[in-house]
Formats: sequence, structure tokens, C-alpha cells
Amino acid sequence: MKEITRDQVAKPLANEEVIVEGRVKSILWRLNFRDFAMIVILVGLSIFFTVQSPHFFKMGNLLDIARSAAINGIVAAGETVVLISGGFDLSISSVMAASGSITAALIHAHVSTYLAVFVGLSFGAMVGFINGIIITKMRINPLITTLATMAIIRGTCYVASNGLSIGIGDETFRSFGFGKIYGIPKPAIMLIIVYAILYILLHYTQFGRYVYAIGGNANSCRLCGLNIDRWRLITYILCGICSAFGGILLTALVGTAIPTAALGSELVVISAVILGGTSLAGGEGSVMGTLLAMALLSTLTNGMTILSFPVYWHQIIRGFILLLAVLIDAARTGGYK
Amino acid sequence: MTFAQVVEKPLIEVRDICKNFGAVQALQNINFRVLPGEVLGLVGDNGAGKSTLVKVLNGAYKPDKGEVFFEGQHVHFESPLDSRKKGIEMIYQDFALIECLDITSNIFLGKERTFGLFSPLLRFLLRRQMDDEAKKTFKDLGIQLENMRIKVKELSGGERQLVAIARGMHFQPKLFIMDEPTANLSVGKIETLLTLERDLKSRGVSIIIISHRLEDIFAVADRIVVLWRGQKAGEIIPREGATMEDVVHLMMFGNRAQSTKE
Repeated sequence: MKEITRDQVAKPLANEEVIVEGRVKSILWRLNFRDFAMIVILVGLSIFFTVQSPHFFKMGNLLDIARSAAINGIVAAGETVVLISGGFDLSISSVMAASGSITAALIHAHVSTYLAVFVGLSFGAMVGFINGIIITKMRINPLITTLATMAIIRGTCYVASNGLSIGIGDETFRSFGFGKIYGIPKPAIMLIIVYAILYILLHYTQFGRYVYAIGGNANSCRLCGLNIDRWRLITYILCGICSAFGGILLTALVGTAIPTAALGSELVVISAVILGGTSLAGGEGSVMGTLLAMALLSTLTNGMTILSFPVYWHQIIRGFILLLAVLIDAARTGGYK
Repeated sequence: MTFAQVVEKPLIEVRDICKNFGAVQALQNINFRVLPGEVLGLVGDNGAGKSTLVKVLNGAYKPDKGEVFFEGQHVHFESPLDSRKKGIEMIYQDFALIECLDITSNIFLGKERTFGLFSPLLRFLLRRQMDDEAKKTFKDLGIQLENMRIKVKELSGGERQLVAIARGMHFQPKLFIMDEPTANLSVGKIETLLTLERDLKSRGVSIIIISHRLEDIFAVADRIVVLWRGQKAGEIIPREGATMEDVVHLMMFGNRAQSTKE
């Protein structure tokens, strides 16, 4: 594509008025600087771990990374949509545990596997709907709303299960976590499908345009006549479904549903979303950035495990990475006001 | 001249509009009409109710009392989308643009060209077509613009103003409301905007302009409505020899200046 000079872009309207010069971006080069930096870091980390340990760069281990990235990755995709629209959802990890438990309990009660999964996903959608209604109709801050629903759902998990786990022997269900298609773990395939759907939704549909617009300036959207409450509600429902999906896959992988499942994973998920370039203020971000960031975090965790890095340190390092990501966000947007 | 005005049907007419915010009476029994192709200036001191009045006209606010007639029909605008459907476009004081979106997206926001099924979740954007249409609108405004994918946050205040104007122009409004359109413009650009307003007027578009700059209002307006503390203090017709002092007096005291000659 040829460069467009300032003069060619705009003919003067009057006197010497000129509208800004065009910054021509190649269609192939959609990646921004942040995505590029993450790829470099990812490659660097992989080389480092490969040099340090013979076990890192083996097919089995790489597929393990993909499998573990898939679960949190699917949840992070939903969270990305909510954050782009200027919202926030903390209840994701509780929804993961609850949906996993519901699905496991239904399978335990000999309900058909697919129906059980459907009910689990519906539960996620319902929680998203309730979150969305409280936030948009009752005008409660999303952080507080989802903090409350997070506690309520997690508590209900404990009460309903009495703290006990539910084992699953169902082979169909377990294969969601362990199965492979052409050697690729099923969770990784689900991950790709979820990201493809959300990418198309965000970048090519009217809904996606509204999500970015509402995150960018909700008041202007209202003045343009958009029904912002409806679109915000849908982002929470999408996030709920993604969380439920992640929780169900986790249960299938682990083989038991425990009320403490995914405890604290909202931190990993939100770290990945922010690290991936989604602005906390809304209006900016992309699921592709989230995917790269999730790959980065999973590789790091896996590498640290292989190098027998003390487990207690993992959290500290993840915390620092989150802080770093937020600092980058602050430097870009001018910081917290 | 006056005879023609009496015969002509107003494009928009408001009758006895009242709007309260809590105990504050923002608007009290406002009446006025705008004829097709007429430029109406709306002036008043800060807090006189100018912005509230135009937001009632375009559906952003609902009046507590009173009626709005558009093209002779009694209308109830639930939201700005309703008024946009009827052909009322408005440029807001802060432009109401979405900074993180590009020029085309801003121009088409809420009225995207799409194909697909019933829900916006399943309706896909026709980006090329929208780019081309937006480009044409800019061309009509006398601006040639190649890259429609520049984000609005990369534009200067005056350029944003042009995008806001283009958004209003694009859907060929019958009534164009401009809230402080010259507030962010340099002197050179103000002249450009005034030329544009005269051009729109000649095409039969009615315009309501809110401005603090009385010289701009006097340059284009056929009629000036002065608001004073939520009430209509009076109407002034510049062509009939009214001066800026008359307007300022009305704005400040709510009544016409007593002639000092006698």
C-alpha cells in the first residue's frame, strides 16, 4: 500500500484547514506494538525454558500448556468483552465452580451428558443476566455487584455440596477435558472456536461496534439513541456463558467437581485480559491480545513448575505481572484520576 | 415577506414547554416555531435553559408539560433515535463523538449499514460501503478525505467538529440543531461554519443555533429567541434593525431596553 502524504489526504476546506494525515496500516499487520512485544516475550521465555530444561519443549508438555491455557482462556474471552464495554465481572471464578458442580451433580444423577452441560451453561447465562440487570437497571457499580454475586455463588456451592466433591465417571464428559481430535486436546479446540466467535462478534457485527462505543463513551451513545443497557446486559450474559463453559471443562479435566474449584482464578483471568491490552476504562482491547497474554501466563506457570520453582513464588510473580500490566495501562491512558 | 411567513407552515413548533429538575424550573411555558429553511438563533445567559430546550426538541429529555409538533404532527420523542428517524440531527456542545472509534463508525453510530439477521448480534457491518458513503458526505462538505479509519481521538478539536457536522449532515436532516458550534473553533474555521450554515439554509434545511457569540448569531440568524431564567424573554429579528445591545439587554434583564431618547 502506498504512503499517503498529508496533502493528498485532505483538500483544504477553507484557508489552510487540513484534516489529519492518513496513517496507512497494512491489512496483514493488524498486530499492534503490545501484541508484538508479547510474542517476543513468549518466544524468549520458551527459548529460556527449553535451554533450562529438556522437558519443556516436548509435544506432551506443549499440549499441557494449551490445555491449561484453554480453560482460563475461554473465561478470559468473556471477561474481555465485558471490560471493553466498560464493565467488570468478578464473579467468573464462582460461576466456574458452580456450573461445574451443577453439571457434575446432574451427570451423577444420570441426566444425559449434553443436557447436563446445557444446564450448566444456562446457569452461567442466568448469573450474567442477574449481574447485568443489577448493574444496568439498578445502577449499582459492577465491581460491587459482582463481588457480591461472587460471594453468594461461592457460598451456595459450599452449602449445597456440604464441602464435599462430586466424582464423575462418565466417559463422554471426561473426554471434553481429556479427549483429542487429530492429536489436539479438545479444550484447545473449544478455545479456538470461542475466540473465533468472539472475534467475529466484536469486529464484524453491529453488536461489537456498540460494545466498543459504549466502553468509549456511554453518554455519547445514549445521545445517539443507543439502548446501552441492553448491550451491556448481553456482555454480562456472554461472560457468564464463557465462565460456565470454562468451569465445565475444568470439571471434565479434573474429574471431580469441588466447591473450591477455580478459587482465585479471576485474578489470573483479569491479569491476562489487562496484560492483553484491554483498557480498564473500556473502549479498547481485543480478544487476540487476551489470547496471547493467556499463552504467555500459562507458559510462564508451566516453565516455573518444570524448573521446580517454589510454588509459593508463583503467586508473587503473577502479582507483579498484573501490577506491571496495570502500570502499562496507566502509562497509556494517563493513569488513575 | 411577512405575509409569506404567516402562510408557511412551521417545520417544528413547541407549545407551552415546561421542564423541571427537582425544584428548579428549567423551562417555563416556552413557545416558538421554526419555518423550513429558517435559521433560528437561541441565546441566553448561562443556565437560561438553552441546552435543556434543544434536548427536549431532540428527545434526550422528556418535557413535563407542553407539546412538540414536527411537520404539523404531534410528536413524542422517547429518545434521540426517534427524533433522528424524523430528520432532526443535533451537534452537541461536546460533539458526543466516541473517541476510540474511527470517523466512519462515529458517523454511522446507531444507524450502521448492515446485512444479516434480525439481531445486531447477527448483523454484519458493511464497512466498505459505510466508508464510501461517509467519504461522499465529506466531499459534499468540501473536504476530501482518504482514510476514514482514523480514530477520533487522533483528531484536533476543529477536526472533531467537522466529523460531528458530517454526522449530522449525513442523514440529510430537515432540522439541524447546533449547540455552541463555534466554541472549539479557530476564527478561520468559524467563517467556514457560517458559510456551511448559509449553504444548508439555501437547501431548505432549518437550523437552530445556540451560541454565546452574538456576532455569529447575527451573521446568519433570521430570528433570535432570547431565553431568560427558563422563560422566553422575547424574539428579535436582526433584519428589522434590532441590535446586539437589544439582545444583551434581554439576556441580562429579561425585558426590552427602555428607549433612552425620550
